[in-house]
Amino acid sequence: MNAIAKFSPADFASDQEVRWCPGCGDYSILKSVQRTLSEIGASRENTVCVSGIGCSSRFPYYVETYGYHTIHGRAPAIATGVKLANPELDVWIVTGDGDGLSIGGNHLLHLLRRNLDCQVLLFNNEIYGLTKGQYSPTSRFGTRSPSTPFGSVDRPLNPCTFALGAGARFVARSSDLALSKTPEILARAHAHRGTSFVEIYSNCVVYNNAAFEKFVGKKAAPDAQLWLETGKPMLFANGTKGLRLDRDSLTLEVVSMADQDPAAAGILVHDETNKTIAQLLIDMPFGSFPVAFGVIYCDPTPAFDGAVIEQNRTAAAGKIRDLNALLRKGDTWSVEDDAAPPSTGLHPLQ
Amino acid sequence: MTTALASSPVTDREPSPLALEAVVMRFAGDSGDGIQLTGSQFTLSTALAGNDLATFPDFPAEIRAPQGTTFGVSAFQINFGSTSIETAGDVPDVLMAMNPAALKVNLAALRHGGLIIADTGAFDERNLEKAGYASNPLEDSTLAPYHVVALDISRLTLEAVKPFGLSNRDGLRCKAMWALGLALWMFDRDRQPLIASLQAKFGAKSDKLVAANVAALNAGHAYGETAEISLPLKQVRVPRAEMAPGLYRTVTGGETIALGLVAGSQLAALPLFLGSYPITPASPILHYLARLKEYDVTTFQAEDEIAAICSAIGASYAGQLGVTTSSGPGVALKGEALGLAIMSELPLVVVNCQRGGPSTGLPTKTEQSDLYQAVYGRNGDAPLVVIAARSPSDCFEVAIEAVRLAVQFMTPVILLTDGYIANAAEPWRIPDLATYQSFPVEFFSAVPAEGRINPYQRDPDTLKRIWIKPGTPGLTHRIGGIEKGFNTGEISYDAANHQKMTDTRKAKIEGIANFIPEQEVSLGDDHGKLAVVGWGSTFGPIQQAVRRVRARGGDVSHIHVRHLWPLPRNLGALLKNYERILVPEMNTGQLKTVLRDQFLVDAKPLNKVSGQPFMIAEIETAIEQALASRS
Repeated sequence: MNAIAKFSPADFASDQEVRWCPGCGDYSILKSVQRTLSEIGASRENTVCVSGIGCSSRFPYYVETYGYHTIHGRAPAIATGVKLANPELDVWIVTGDGDGLSIGGNHLLHLLRRNLDCQVLLFNNEIYGLTKGQYSPTSRFGTRSPSTPFGSVDRPLNPCTFALGAGARFVARSSDLALSKTPEILARAHAHRGTSFVEIYSNCVVYNNAAFEKFVGKKAAPDAQLWLETGKPMLFANGTKGLRLDRDSLTLEVVSMADQDPAAAGILVHDETNKTIAQLLIDMPFGSFPVAFGVIYCDPTPAFDGAVIEQNRTAAAGKIRDLNALLRKGDTWSVEDDAAPPSTGLHPLQ
Repeated sequence: MTTALASSPVTDREPSPLALEAVVMRFAGDSGDGIQLTGSQFTLSTALAGNDLATFPDFPAEIRAPQGTTFGVSAFQINFGSTSIETAGDVPDVLMAMNPAALKVNLAALRHGGLIIADTGAFDERNLEKAGYASNPLEDSTLAPYHVVALDISRLTLEAVKPFGLSNRDGLRCKAMWALGLALWMFDRDRQPLIASLQAKFGAKSDKLVAANVAALNAGHAYGETAEISLPLKQVRVPRAEMAPGLYRTVTGGETIALGLVAGSQLAALPLFLGSYPITPASPILHYLARLKEYDVTTFQAEDEIAAICSAIGASYAGQLGVTTSSGPGVALKGEALGLAIMSELPLVVVNCQRGGPSTGLPTKTEQSDLYQAVYGRNGDAPLVVIAARSPSDCFEVAIEAVRLAVQFMTPVILLTDGYIANAAEPWRIPDLATYQSFPVEFFSAVPAEGRINPYQRDPDTLKRIWIKPGTPGLTHRIGGIEKGFNTGEISYDAANHQKMTDTRKAKIEGIANFIPEQEVSLGDDHGKLAVVGWGSTFGPIQQAVRRVRARGGDVSHIHVRHLWPLPRNLGALLKNYERILVPEMNTGQLKTVLRDQFLVDAKPLNKVSGQPFMIAEIETAIEQALASRS
């Protein structure tokens, strides 16, 4: 595709002062999005950022496009109205782990199920930042926070598992530190017709610092990250390790490669349309396994907005748009002037 | 009314049907008996006969409650006459009771001396026991004060549908049609339009079922013709009502709200977007609009009430007319989003089809207890517009008004109707849309010569802000629920700015009083001893009660408020022209409180929260008491 950049990344920076904490992971994600918008040749006026409430949801103020900072958890519902009213608009939903998966979990579920054509960027920092550090639905078991001084006792949710379970047709993962890779993933998300779900790990420097350090940190990254590329073998640790499917137990296993040919070693080749493998990749427990990044699953199906517009068009086809006629449809009767003198008593309309 | 509907058995038939001014008839049976269909068919026949009419469908929340039980009784009441009819009638003259439970539940309402037509076939031991009758009321003295025509409608129906080979169960389901046939004979009605209507409605499903139902209807009618001599039944004719010339149809409030919203969106030159979640009794509006795609209507059944309003706000943000429809509990869930629409200053129409509350309350019963919720029920100082419809036909006008105010002032508007208006039918003189003034929306598109756009710049007269559609080049901007800077729309935590914005939002809504009609007096003088002030669906009973008392020389007037927030600017002065103010409401006194607060007037409440509309007599009595009191 020969996308001509109409605007530079800087053209997508608004004149508003960015108010995230110094060192917040959201800064680099903002840069990635501005770069992506430039690279895909987005127009400022046709792009709309919709968000809910939380640190991540301040995002629209900082992008020089149309933006709507709405209420907690409801961005998917508002974006649905925006997109159905004007399918020409390119809608980006920005949410967080609390906004998208706790108070707004229901809306996110139905957005993904319906497959509205839009991008969902879920900034996952595994904590409530703006309300000062309570544990979130993605916080790890035992998280100590102001609301859980003795550690959380409820189990966390994996955002990509949620998305896949809700019927998402595009699931990807990146991190605030993957500056070179994120724009590529976002461009794929943008190109995908339907809801594109992208989880982005974002470090909360104040309330949950270094939560992802073990697999996003520079030193750890090569061994801890599996970057998926369609058609390519699933190799990591500079090609010294790979993933194989144990076909009896239907589980993944890590294989040391030495000098073997990946195919001969039975290393899985990434097929974006394989939902079963996608689920296994998402669920890999970090430690014994790497963390999967990139486009984990992509299997397009017609989008909701297109279906609504098409059904409206088909249902309206050949019908005459005459409201006066509609009012007069069905069983009517006439009261003639001479048959009865005008009455004043019949429900006078003001 | 006299007892003319029934008489002792006569031997010589009268040459022509007896003429009556008005009749109240109630059909009652099991909720699966087809009572509501029977009622709506009888309504159609009544309308075509040229009577004025009002109906009151009263049914349980359960779709098919256990057969024969008192809580499973479904009823349909119709008041029709040659004079102006404004309520479904206080007291039925005729009760068609399809089983003992229907008799048990409805007998108390029947006029003494009224006529009961009962299906003896359903008065078996089991049904009598379920209804709580120790002995058969058709055989003991229970019904002594009434005229009773006891017929084995079950058996007569099964005989009539025998040629169609239906099961016993399906055959019995035609018995409401048999009763309808008898009712058509009683009131000297033409059967043909109903037969055509039944064929159009159900012909696609099963020819056999339609034919059986038509046969049952014909049999009921024929029974009336041939049995007249042996039964205390008389044929009566209700002459045509004097109605203003024009083309008429019957409508329910659900239909007219939908049609009015479409008309409003056309007058505003905007596509209509409805985000809604199913809820009784508001769902008919969603159902109706879902079929009107050719009118630039998009309907979206959202995952919940919150998503419903949020999608409508999103559509308004993107440049369509956002609408959401619900009932009290659903509107409660929409509260936070309403605040967003107020803060974002976007047009939005919220229809609240009120039902009995609180909580789940009485889903299928009527009440008008959401006025506080509409006027006050949000966090923060969050003013918006509240208007109310008084009748099914009025819904059309009020829906257009809601759209007009929403787009002309960039504000959410709550339109209050209720379960009674939503389901009741009445004749509607169909208006000509060409006679309505359009109010086409103009989106802002002028790119400022210098600097960035100020999305909160306002019209100096109305204080409404500009409406910019996303997609408009050169005007990109950001808005949201955080307090906005005056004019700039940017985030602002500035103390003086919040004061100014709060004052501006309040002034904008209050100023709408200059752009709505002044309050008129519906009936009576603009001064005097007593003003009866109502809103919403109490219009009919208040109007009739005031008319009756005035006919006896009582000094009383009827004022019916459509614009509830802001109130018409002359209302306070008008109310002070009366010595006393009586406010009948189907709640515990909500408009009464608003009037006291706004005008410091001694408004007295008359409250009813039984899930049933006011009877004319109840209001009449209260008026007489108010006029007689010395204080």
